[in-house]
Amino acid sequence: MMLAGALITFLGAAFLLLGSIGLLRMPDVYNRMQAGTKTSTLGSILFLIGIAVGFGFKVFIAKILILILFILITNPISSHTLARAAHFFGIELTESTVRDNLKEDEEGDR
Amino acid sequence: MSLIIIIFLGIIMIAAAVLALYLKNLVAAIISAGVISLLASVLYLFLAAPDVAMTEAAIGSGLTTIVFLLAFNKIRSDRED
Amino acid sequence: MDSSAIAKVIYDISALMAVSGIVLSFIRLIKGPTIADRAVSLDVMTIIAISIIVYIAAITGRIIYLDVALVYGLISFLGVVAIARYLERGF
Repeated sequence: MMLAGALITFLGAAFLLLGSIGLLRMPDVYNRMQAGTKTSTLGSILFLIGIAVGFGFKVFIAKILILILFILITNPISSHTLARAAHFFGIELTESTVRDNLKEDEEGDR
Repeated sequence: MSLIIIIFLGIIMIAAAVLALYLKNLVAAIISAGVISLLASVLYLFLAAPDVAMTEAAIGSGLTTIVFLLAFNKIRSDRED
Repeated sequence: MDSSAIAKVIYDISALMAVSGIVLSFIRLIKGPTIADRAVSLDVMTIIAISIIVYIAAITGRIIYLDVALVYGLISFLGVVAIARYLERGF
């Protein structure tokens, strides 16, 4: 049981590391946001589930489930707010992006 | 194993402090000061002080960033008038 | 070597990988050309720090350490939201 939890935790840590590498190598703020926040949400949830499976105390599992609920609620809020603020602050897209729907909507309103 | 993690986190903490001194953009310096509080909280937890770590997490990482941004915004708007 | 010892070694390697994730995110905080890059880097570092806190609570066997992670999970997004609000219209 502990070995299975350790393998799940290893998978989550691999996702955390890949998210950080994507944060370092992507060309643009929005691509970095995509790589960083989504991958780190999946990675941290796998990390916590692996620890809860491996060290199976009862109170421990309940607190880890509450923590996963908090992460699932708060992390999309912060990433969505940050992406919207970056768009209205006027940070440019990279050149290989083909479509910007929010900009087209704003121009259509005028 | 925990010794290696403590050494890595301490090095990043010192680097974040030096970065907060030398950055020209003040909002970036505020973010860098937030990183110091974040890593200090983890280090307090390694030293077996969960109450201090909880206080540092609430005040150092959450409240200080917001108060710094509020004060910086007031200073900037006064200067523009 | 029984399976429990192997599991401990895998947990340690996972914690080291998470810490190297913090190091790579910090390089983005040093380089980052705009403020939004640095805010994304702070967000990722907070998530990885929550994972490391839960790892410490597991290996030392003290359940009260998880309360620190709960406080972090509730409060940490307020800083990023404050930075985003500052970028959008300046408080």
